[in-house]
Amino acid sequence: MNKILEVRGLSKIYGPGCPQCLESTGPEADTNLCPHCGSVVAIHAVSFDLYEGEILGVMGESGSGKSTVVKTLYFDQAPSSGEAFFFDNDKQYELFALNAAQQRWLRNHRFGMVYQNPNLGLNFNITAGGNIAERLLMSDLLHYGAIRERAKTLLARTEVLLSRIDDLPKHFSGGMQQRVQIAKALATQPPLLFLDEVTTGLDLSVQARILDLILEIQQELKTAMIVVTHDLGVIRLLTGRAIVMKYGRVIEAGLTDQILEDPQHAYTQRLVASAL
Amino acid sequence: MNAVPNSHAGNAYNFGFLDEYAKKEVRRAILKAIAIPGYQVPYASREMPMGRGFGTGGLQLTLSLIGPDDVVKVIDQGSDDSVNAVNLRRFIEMTCPGVSTTTKTAEATLIQSRHRIPELPLTSNQIIVLQVPYPDPLVVVEPSEDKRKTMHGEADYSRLLVKLYEDLVKFDEITISHRYPTRINGHYVIDPSPIPRWDVPKLNDSAALILFGAGREKKIYAVPPHTKAVPLAFNDVPFRVEDFRDEQGRRRACARCGCVNSFLDEFVADSGSKTYQCSDSDWCDSQLLQARQTEGEPA
Repeated sequence: MNKILEVRGLSKIYGPGCPQCLESTGPEADTNLCPHCGSVVAIHAVSFDLYEGEILGVMGESGSGKSTVVKTLYFDQAPSSGEAFFFDNDKQYELFALNAAQQRWLRNHRFGMVYQNPNLGLNFNITAGGNIAERLLMSDLLHYGAIRERAKTLLARTEVLLSRIDDLPKHFSGGMQQRVQIAKALATQPPLLFLDEVTTGLDLSVQARILDLILEIQQELKTAMIVVTHDLGVIRLLTGRAIVMKYGRVIEAGLTDQILEDPQHAYTQRLVASAL
Repeated sequence: MNAVPNSHAGNAYNFGFLDEYAKKEVRRAILKAIAIPGYQVPYASREMPMGRGFGTGGLQLTLSLIGPDDVVKVIDQGSDDSVNAVNLRRFIEMTCPGVSTTTKTAEATLIQSRHRIPELPLTSNQIIVLQVPYPDPLVVVEPSEDKRKTMHGEADYSRLLVKLYEDLVKFDEITISHRYPTRINGHYVIDPSPIPRWDVPKLNDSAALILFGAGREKKIYAVPPHTKAVPLAFNDVPFRVEDFRDEQGRRRACARCGCVNSFLDEFVADSGSKTYQCSDSDWCDSQLLQARQTEGEPA
């Protein structure tokens, strides 16, 4: 199996930071807010690997730093420290050593992101097709006919009615918006996809169809994905491996079945027990 | 350098109204704009004795470049006789004693223009200064100037192209009639001021230096001579200029001079009938003169 992503010691601290920040936060201290300087240690020393076609789950409660992990990897935010290597067609990129233009290139060509809130991933003032076109134009496809064809294929694949390709996404239902977002993320056939709470807030039948879609895409395109969610059902259905986060630290990592059937850390035990 | 206002020719202003330090600053901005084709150079736009938005940017460029040997032409939407052009020309005559003005494109060395480039091809001895209301083409897609500067730096213009895509989806054609975003020298995209699409191809490989001055927005940019200027478009939907054909597919001619290859203005009479006339009044006059001369010659 080919490695796609290698993350080592990823940290993000909001605020000035002080020498006591790290020892006075985390699961043992039961907070991520440093009592000495008031900084928020959103994530600290997060390390994991991701392989081709694999889905990795990141779970934890609200504020545990799981979204911050994908936001730093997608260059939405700069990390405080840490390294991440992205392996693509025999090329290796050290993500945080790249300049802004190189980061933008990778983000547009090789990564895809689906946010919990479609507002973040879509421009509501341009059509569904236009949203997909934006991503294709960013990756230097300048042929109107080809863009149109590709947008239609993607929307058909994500089960959005083709008759609505020229409608504004703000007139769509939540599930449809999420499907357009997935179509947009897949536009450039990226080898790596970030999914941040994609099914949260959708009703159960729509959730099931979106999850089916994600699994089918993984099977078809061999896309590697990082799925951030607090929903253990989603973790169980989608992911092969998972990491559990609390107060910015990884407290447990391993095979999803193992974590859910035989949790080791007290917090994970409580999490699993409360859900089942 | 003469920074002291001189009062020859009976007025108390320095030659060219601006003091020499102000001119120097504008000239430096112009040099930088020429060195980085299409880049919007900020400058300290001075208060002029007219409202911002009435061509103060272009006027400051003109006054900084003007010398006693120059022959100046001022155009407003193709015409030398409209209010804006007349006022600016009188102001230049008043503050630049010794400078001659003209309405003939061929005679001018310095042309200040609002919203048109003359039909007569410009030469390497000429400079054209265009008045600009909105210098940044990205302003329609990104409100934050900070982000726009980054987008310009990284040549990230995909959102402008999305705008074109949306036009094609809604109207089956690109509907931008003026201020057509144009990429200069393969990097920066400029707002070429509100010239019609008809004039955009004239930016490409122009023999004359083309300068843009925005007074209210305090920006100067340039298309240096013989620089590539390519309007944004899709590979399969090429850029095209205005179509002046009538219902029968014939090219409309100017009602005054009969020219069939100029940019036409439409005039609607009270009865509802439409007539068309050259927008460039000097071009129209010279076509007319030429026609009379040919008529007058013995057969």
